[in-house]
Amino acid sequence: MLSWVLITSLSEGLKKCNMNVRIKSNVAVSDSGFVFDPSTGDSYSVNPIGVEIIQLLKEKSSTDDVLKSILERYETDEKTIDKDLFEFIQLLLNLQLAEKV
Amino acid sequence: MTKLRYERPIITSLNGGVSNKFGTRSLHEPVSHIDGVSVKEIIAQYGSPVFILSERKIRQTYRDAKRAFTSRYPKVQFAWSYKTNYINAICNIFHQEGSWAEVVSIFEYKKAIANGVPGKNIIFNGPDKTEEDLRTAIENDSLIHIDHLDELYQIIELTGSLKKRPKVAIRVNMDTGIYPMWDRFGFNYENGQAWDAINKIILTDKMDLVGLHCHIGTFMLSPNAYAVAANKLSDLALGLKLHHKKNIEYIDLGGGFASKNTLKGSFLPGSDIIPGFDEYAEAICTTLLNAGFTKDDLPMLILESGRALIDEAGFLAGSVIANKRLSDGRRALVMDMGVNLLFTSFWYDHRISPVEASGHHTENAVIYGPLCMNIDVLRENVTLPPLKKGDQVVVHTVGAYNMTQWMQFISMRPNVVLIDPEGKTHVIRRKETVDDLNKMEEMPSHLKSFKI
Ligand SMILES: Cc1ncc(COP(=O)(O)O)c(C=O)c1O
Repeated sequence: MLSWVLITSLSEGLKKCNMNVRIKSNVAVSDSGFVFDPSTGDSYSVNPIGVEIIQLLKEKSSTDDVLKSILERYETDEKTIDKDLFEFIQLLLNLQLAEKV
Repeated sequence: MTKLRYERPIITSLNGGVSNKFGTRSLHEPVSHIDGVSVKEIIAQYGSPVFILSERKIRQTYRDAKRAFTSRYPKVQFAWSYKTNYINAICNIFHQEGSWAEVVSIFEYKKAIANGVPGKNIIFNGPDKTEEDLRTAIENDSLIHIDHLDELYQIIELTGSLKKRPKVAIRVNMDTGIYPMWDRFGFNYENGQAWDAINKIILTDKMDLVGLHCHIGTFMLSPNAYAVAANKLSDLALGLKLHHKKNIEYIDLGGGFASKNTLKGSFLPGSDIIPGFDEYAEAICTTLLNAGFTKDDLPMLILESGRALIDEAGFLAGSVIANKRLSDGRRALVMDMGVNLLFTSFWYDHRISPVEASGHHTENAVIYGPLCMNIDVLRENVTLPPLKKGDQVVVHTVGAYNMTQWMQFISMRPNVVLIDPEGKTHVIRRKETVDDLNKMEEMPSHLKSFKI
């Protein structure tokens, strides 16, 4: 469905690569999980935890802050969220909804 | 503060493209209970993976099928196809419901006898019956369905040394408009082989020709093919009456009714397109009633339906071992159950449901089994909520052929659990152990020790 660009080096955790990203300012996100990119006309559906992450990133949180916030609010462990968050952010980058800062 | 249930973050494109071929129907709704019993608890008690069978569903499906036929035809008899699922407890459910046994090897034959099925209620099909097998079947008055002339001659020879007259039928193959035509079993109708075989049996006068049998194929989506088959067998039966003044006791139309599974490559889910028992019954019974038999000569109708009676009553529950993303971006789940347990995943797109409820967001994934083998794929593409290590899923409609064709390859077979109509669970086949398997092996003395 999505034409994903090759995602490399998934084994590297977030902290190791010290990656911080920003959601592009023109990307619209609704609370219900609807994401619209006016520059391409593409729209996406995101699950609630994904919305939360995107909103945190929009508010200029660092990936480290996002990780901590998710850890606090959800029943999970650091390893899991580290892996999933890294992968999610890679997708946002590949879809050009986010950019590295 | 209690924490929220964690789910992997996902993002899915909403742009046109090829839509999900199953439309918006949500086939990924959670299935937390089977017959009121928690799947989570079954896994906790019996391990993961585990086969689960619903006795209630088996009986209900059998009764539906029986009603479809007995409401249209006066003499109907089902014979449980052992190879479809020959776990003894399953066979006995069908026997309690009134089914005879249909077997295709001496192994299955012995299982039926050990289960307590009277010899005269066992139909012995298949091309591979040894002299010893035939002798046993004749002595037990079982119904021997002759597959080829060599078998026919062997039975004639055996009658010289036996007191009993064998009860036989011949298996007939024919063109029913279905491709591929199963012409490797039995005697052909169109080219006259079947009629020849009938004449040989009558003229040698060493055995009683009690029936005519066919099994035109499996997962037959066309009820009309059964009408054609019933017509051709009736024609042979009426020919026998006309030329030899003999009646046959039964016409056996075999099995092959489709179960509610989805064949690979099918555009619609099986549950939307497969004919119901009523449609098969209408085609078959109408043909038999109009074939030209007098009321007294109407043969008994035997059915050897397998998959349609048990597939839906079977489930395989298992757990996610890992999830990963493939080089082309696809999501992949590795499960603790693979093609070693689910032979039918080679030809069906089995429905898979998560056990626990999750958000309504889903993504497409390929589902792998645990084997170190490239062929170990349960589903090439299935829509599921994001699952993580340890999450459990239920694979549906796996009651037919998996618990007989499963492979002891790389890992051992798991527990098979039956849920009885009161909701109590019973192990009906315990999981294999290394000891079970090693017990069958012998070590030559020169290989007993080594130094590394
Ligand atoms: C002779 C015979 N009878 C019955 C069956 C049961 O078929 P099904 O499970 O398709 O109903 C088979 C299966 O191949 C068969 O070969």
